Parts: sequence; C-alpha cells; structure tokens
Amino acid sequence: MKYEYDVLVIGAGPGGSTAARYAARNNLKVLLIEKRPDIGSPVRCGEGISKSWLPEVEIEPQKQWISNEVEGARIFSPDEKNHIKLSASKAGNEVGYIIERDKFDKYLASLAAREGAEIWVKSPAISLIFENGKVVGAKVRKPEGVVDVYAKIIIGADGFESQVGRWAKINTLLNQRDIVSCIEYRMVGIDVNKDYTDFYLGSCAPGGYVWVFPKGKDEANVGIGVALNKLKEPGEVKKYLDDFIEKHPGLKKGKIIQLITGAVSTCYMPKTIVTDNVMLVGDAARLIDPITGGGVANACISGKLAGEAAAEAIKVKNTSKEFLYEKYEKKVREKFEKKNLRNWYAKEKLSELSDETLNKLVDAISSVELTSISVKSLLDAVQKKYPELVKEFEDLL
Amino acid sequence: MSVDTSKCNYCGACVGSCPANCMFLDETRIVIDENSCIKCGFCIRVCPMGAISAEWFK
Repeated sequence: MKYEYDVLVIGAGPGGSTAARYAARNNLKVLLIEKRPDIGSPVRCGEGISKSWLPEVEIEPQKQWISNEVEGARIFSPDEKNHIKLSASKAGNEVGYIIERDKFDKYLASLAAREGAEIWVKSPAISLIFENGKVVGAKVRKPEGVVDVYAKIIIGADGFESQVGRWAKINTLLNQRDIVSCIEYRMVGIDVNKDYTDFYLGSCAPGGYVWVFPKGKDEANVGIGVALNKLKEPGEVKKYLDDFIEKHPGLKKGKIIQLITGAVSTCYMPKTIVTDNVMLVGDAARLIDPITGGGVANACISGKLAGEAAAEAIKVKNTSKEFLYEKYEKKVREKFEKKNLRNWYAKEKLSELSDETLNKLVDAISSVELTSISVKSLLDAVQKKYPELVKEFEDLL
Repeated sequence: MSVDTSKCNYCGACVGSCPANCMFLDETRIVIDENSCIKCGFCIRVCPMGAISAEWFK
C-alpha cells in the first residue's frame, strides 16, 4: 500500500507535533507518526519548563497538563550550606511550570490534529525510502502491516535515539562528554519546597546535577544526570541517585511511584541538521540546552520553524538542502548556535570544578542580586566574581 | 551482548549513544546488530538501569 503526503513527521513529541501543527496550518497534507501506542508515554523528562517561550509557539497553558507553578530556581553548593536563588523580581510572579509531560504531549498532538494533520500511533518508521540518492519517504510499520509513505519533506523528530538523521546520513554522533545518562523517581511523602525547582551540583552528580522538581506539597520528580565520560560501571547513575536520596532524610522517607530513565545530549549544534528533503528538529537535531539539559522549548521552537519552512519549500517546489538550510537551519542557528556554544563551554568548565571550588563559587554568587532567571545572568555574576572561570568563552557572554 | 529485559526500561539511552549505529529501539525491544558493534561499551555504561552486559566488557 502506498501513501502520499506533502510532509511526513516522524515522532510525536513536542518538536514533531509542533512541526506538524505549523505545516498543516499552511494547508499542507501532513502525516505525523508515533511509534508508541500512547503519545507522551512513557514520560522521559524532568517536567520542568519555563513560561517565557510558550507564546512564541502559541501554546496556551492548560490546567490539564500543569501540576505546579514555581517562582524560581535554587542552585545548591555541594556542601548545601549555600544556594543561589534565581527568582522573579516580584513575589507571586511564577516563572515556570512543572508539567505532566504525557498530557502536554497529547495536547500538542491534538493541536496538530485540529490544524488538519493526520496522526498514526503505534506506527514506527523502520527505514527511509531513497530515490536517486535522496530521501523520498519512509517504510512505516502500522499494526496492519508495513506501508510505504512518500512525502516531499520528511521531518525527523525522533528524539535522542534518532534514527532518521543517521539513515539520512546527517552526522549527529555524540562524544561521551556530551551524553548524560539520567534516572528519575517521582516521589511522594517527601519534604519539598513547592515554589522552587532545586538543583544540586558537584560530586553527587559528576558532569551533571541532581534535580528536585516539586509536583505538589509533598511530591516531586527527584532525578539525576551524570555525564557518560564520568561513568565506569554499569548502572552507576542509579547508585548516584540512590546515594543522594539516602543522605537526605526529607527524601528518604518518601515512596517512589514512578521510575523514569533516559539520556540527553549536551553538545553544541551539529555541523548540519538538514539534507535534501529532510529536516531534523528538537533532540534529534541535538538542540538541547547543554547546561540545563532542557529540550522541550527548543524542540517546539525548531518544530515551528521546520513546519513553516516546509510550507515555503513546497510552495516554490524547492526542497533542496540549500533551500532548507536557508529557510530552516539558518534560523535555528540564529536562535540557538551561540547560546548553546556558550552553555556548552560553561558546562565543560562546571564539570571540572572540585566540590571545594563550587562551595566557594556558590557562596560568592549567593550574595549577588540576580533579577533575571537565566544562565546568562548567572554567568555574568560568575564573571564579576571569578573572571578566570569564564575567560575561555568570555566573547560569548 | 545481551539486554536483561527485567531491567531494561526501553528508554533508548543506549541507542542514541551508540557511535556505530548498531542498536535499534523497537517499541518494546532493543535490537543489537552484533556484526557492526565496535565494542566501545558506551551502551553498557550509559544504561541507567545497568541492563546491558557483554563478555568483552572489562
């Protein structure tokens, strides 16, 4: 059986659904496929997002996917004697949400569907179809059998484990230092500050951090990411998290109601994220913020750009890599290239610091008034106190 | 190489980390192409559950 579409989007996470939504809005015939039977599930996410970018991709906050609102973030030193507080200038001005990712992802898919995109669940792409060396579609395994789907443009939104990029020969391979292994427990019956997302740095999580994202008054996502180049033994990342919880009575008394695992990339932007007829978005394009590990915002923003670029490309019948570079990749670079490079340098520097140095650093920064909640404002504060720490990438600040 | 299915969470951490592109995440299955494996051990160390093992690792 043969199907034909203008755009085939592979993967119905936030990036894929947003790409499908904007492509469909521009009157394209769009198919969005998801390998899992249930969009958004299983969740692989800490579920903390900031509010600021939602209007850019026209997402109206919905009660159904918000479990908590937070005022800011606290970053704790390894000895936990001090913390840096990043919070809204005015009390009651919440800056972020802790979301229910499965419901959030379903909501974004529903927005794509309402714009006219067709959606197939439980339908993984198993290979790409090539003609004259160019990608022209994908073989999709529906429950009813394998079908050929042809499309003028294929958008790879298949996440960290992306196959589309590899199949299309777009190099998105990662170095060990830029892979972070993650595990998270959703815990109830714990002591938690409902108003802040908490981050713990240092040897408790080499090359990464521990997070506590409150989902309610006694409930939170308690997770950890550790860089692959710091891991030696199988299953070591779980031991790091269990050790952390063991040392914190307020967490130790809780119960685990969910176990989530996954990995994130913490690299700067790859050399390219397009080829003829193909664009990569979100985690598949390695667009995750290297220092926070946050990927949802960048996935949605790149998804929007890809959906709009697809419309332009199909309108003028030019889906070449040069055109897709001009209409998509260039815009993604303008948005993320410098910022991700800066945050990659910051991450590399951070992972080298000893607990002792981090204690001093957090102590020094904790006295500085930080009004803007951003990595940039934090790095500016570091530069004022310890210019040598950011010397290597001061031109990016 | 083998994947202990009682530990595996099918999260894809191994698949995305594989530099040889020899792993594939099916809906509820990790498929490994042993012929393309370069024995780097990334998948074994990155797996948050410690579900992957191999005779040659260590």
